[in-house]
Amino acid sequence: MNVHEYQAAEILARYGVPVNPGRVAESPEEASAVAAEYGGTVVVKAQVHTGGRGKAGGIKLAHSPEEARQAAAAILGMDISGHTVNKVLVAKGVAIAQEFYLGVVLDRPNRQVLVMASAEGGVDIEEVARERPDKIVQRRADPVLGFHPYLARELGFALGLPATQVNGFAAIAQQLYEAYMGEDATLVEVNPLILTEDGEWRAIDSKMSFDDNALFRHDESEQMRDFAEENLTELDARNSGISFVKLDGDIGCIVNGAGLAMATMDAVKQHGGEPANFLDVGGGASASQVAKAFSLVTADPNVKAILINIFGGITRGDVVADGIREALAEVEVSAPIVVRLSGTNADEGKDILAKAGLTAVDTMDEAAASVVAAAHSRAD
Amino acid sequence: MSILVDSNTRLLVQGITGREGSFHTTQMVEYGTNVVAGVTPGKKGEQVAGVPVFDTVQEAVAETGANASIIYVPAKFAPDAIYEAVDSGVALVVCITEGVPINDMVPVYAYVNANGARLIGPNCPGLITPGQAKVGIMPGFIHEPGSVGLVSRSGTLTYEVVDMLTKAGLGQSTAVGIGGDPVIGTSFVDVLRLFEADPETESIVIIGEIGGSDEEDAAVFIREHVTKPVVSFIAGQTAPPGKRMGHAGAIISGGSGSAADKIEALEAAGVRVAQSPSQVPALLKEAIAAA
Repeated sequence: MNVHEYQAAEILARYGVPVNPGRVAESPEEASAVAAEYGGTVVVKAQVHTGGRGKAGGIKLAHSPEEARQAAAAILGMDISGHTVNKVLVAKGVAIAQEFYLGVVLDRPNRQVLVMASAEGGVDIEEVARERPDKIVQRRADPVLGFHPYLARELGFALGLPATQVNGFAAIAQQLYEAYMGEDATLVEVNPLILTEDGEWRAIDSKMSFDDNALFRHDESEQMRDFAEENLTELDARNSGISFVKLDGDIGCIVNGAGLAMATMDAVKQHGGEPANFLDVGGGASASQVAKAFSLVTADPNVKAILINIFGGITRGDVVADGIREALAEVEVSAPIVVRLSGTNADEGKDILAKAGLTAVDTMDEAAASVVAAAHSRAD
Repeated sequence: MSILVDSNTRLLVQGITGREGSFHTTQMVEYGTNVVAGVTPGKKGEQVAGVPVFDTVQEAVAETGANASIIYVPAKFAPDAIYEAVDSGVALVVCITEGVPINDMVPVYAYVNANGARLIGPNCPGLITPGQAKVGIMPGFIHEPGSVGLVSRSGTLTYEVVDMLTKAGLGQSTAVGIGGDPVIGTSFVDVLRLFEADPETESIVIIGEIGGSDEEDAAVFIREHVTKPVVSFIAGQTAPPGKRMGHAGAIISGGSGSAADKIEALEAAGVRVAQSPSQVPALLKEAIAAA
C-alpha cells in the first residue's frame, strides 16, 4: 500500500525526522492561505501515487499567495500518468546548499534491511544505481539487533560529509530505519534530503510504502489509504480473497494460483491476444469465489471473451465446474467463455460444464488460442 | 535418492487440528508420508488421521523423534511456530502459511540459518519426493518417481508442469516449492546445490517468476557449478511494472525483476527457457539428449 508524500512526511516527523514544513490543500484558496501563513516562497506539489510529477508540471514555485493560488489551480485536476490530482502540498521554500538521497529498502537477495544514501540527491535514484553505482553507499541492518549507530555514521563519512554534519545525518538515517521497522514499510525514502544554507538538515520529499501482509497490525496506516488513488475493483477483489490486477487488454482471465495466472496471461499474449486482467481466484475456487471472479471480470467493458484456467489439485475439477455453473446462474455473462480444466476429476468437471453448455479444453495453449479467436471474432 | 525428504522423514504437523492442518494431514497420511506427530497448544491427547497431538513441539519431538515439521498456522503465529520448531531441534521446517509480514521473516531467516536448520517457504506448496514423502499441499497423484529435480516459486503452475512431465514419461526425484514471498528460507541456488549433489537427480527444471533476482542468482550458480541439464520457465512476461501479481514477491520494482531480464540471464548460462509450460518436457528431453 502506498501513501502520499504529505502522509509519509507526517509519519517521518513522528520519528523525529526534520521534515520541511508543509500543509496539504484541496483548493486554490486553501493553497493561497497556507502560502500567506508561511510568507515568502512556497512550493506547490501535486499529491499523487506516481513519480515524474516535476516533468509533468505538477510541482511549481510560488512567490506570493496569489501565485500559490494560481499554481494550485493549475495543478489540481491535472492528470499525471493516469492519476488525477485532488490534493497539493504547499511546502515552505528553503535555500538548498546540498542535496542527498537517503532510503531504506529490503535487500531481497540477502534477506536483510538495507539503508542506502547518495550525494547525488534530488534525481532518480534508480538511474544513479544503474549508471553510477559507485555514487551510492549502503549498509545492512543486523536482522536481530537493528541498525547500529556506527553504521549510520559510516554512511555519513562515506558521503564525504564534514565531521560536524555526520551526527545529524546519522540520526536521520536511524530515524528512517526505525520508521521502516515500526510501520512495517517496504520502502522509506527521502529524496532529496538537504542541507540548507544555514547548515540544517531538512527532508524535502518523503515517500513510504507498506507491506500489505502487515496491515493487520497498522490500523493507522490503513486509515491513510486514499481511495481515489486505488482501483476500487482491485480493493473489492482483495476483500474477497481474490488477487486482481486490471490490465489494458480485452481477454478476461480467471485462474487458480498466482504463477499459473501469470503464465495464462503470457499464453494469451503469445497467441496474439491481450489480457484484460490478472486474477487469482485463490485456492478453494468455490462457487461464490468463481461468481465473484465473474462479476469482477465482466465489470470491465473492454472484456470481449473470458478464459477460465483451472488446474485441479486438492481442489477437484468437478467442484470447480459446479462453481462455474452456479456462478453463471447468478451472474449474467454475455462474453464467450473458454474453460480449461485439468488435474483432479477433470473429466467429471467437463461433463458438468457440457450440461451447462460450456466446452472445456485440455491444455492451456489450446484454451489461449481459442479465447483469442473468440475475442477477435467479436471485435470484427 | 532424492533431496530433503524421503521415506526416513518423520513428519510433525504444527497447527494439525486447524481446518487446513487436519485436511492436509489426512492427505499426506494417505499418500504414505510418515506423519508421526501433530502440535496444537491445548489439544494434547487428541488424534488427527490417527496422528497423536501434543501441546508443544519439544514434547512431540521427544516422544516421536520427528525430524521435519510442516506449518499450517495463521500468518500472525507462523514466525513463532518456526522458532519453536528450530529451538526443538527440527532440521527441516516447511512453512505453508501465506501472508507473513516481511519484517517478521527477516529475523526468522537469520535465526534459522544461525541454528543450522533449513526453512522452506513461507507461502509455498511444500515439497514431495514421489512415492516416498509428500510434505505439502500438492496433489500427490500427478507425480511419478524419476530423475527430474524440480524447483519453483509457484503452486498450481508447478503442478501444471509436473503433470506434463509425468505424462511425457519424465518422473521426478523431488519437487520443491520454495514460495512466492520476498523473504523465503531456501532459494533456487540452495536447491540447485542439493540437486547437483544428488546422484539420482539427472536433470533440473526451474519455474521462476517476476520479482527479485533469485533467477539471476540461479543463472550465475548454474554457469559455475551445475553440470546437469537445466530447463526453465519464467511466468509474468506480460506483467506490468509496479504491480504485485498475487504473490507478495512477484513485483517488478525499480526497473528490475522483469521476466525478460531473468530469461536473458538463464539463457546466457546455457539454460533452455521454455516460452510456455507445455514446452518444458520436450526441451528437457532435448537438453538431456545433448548432455
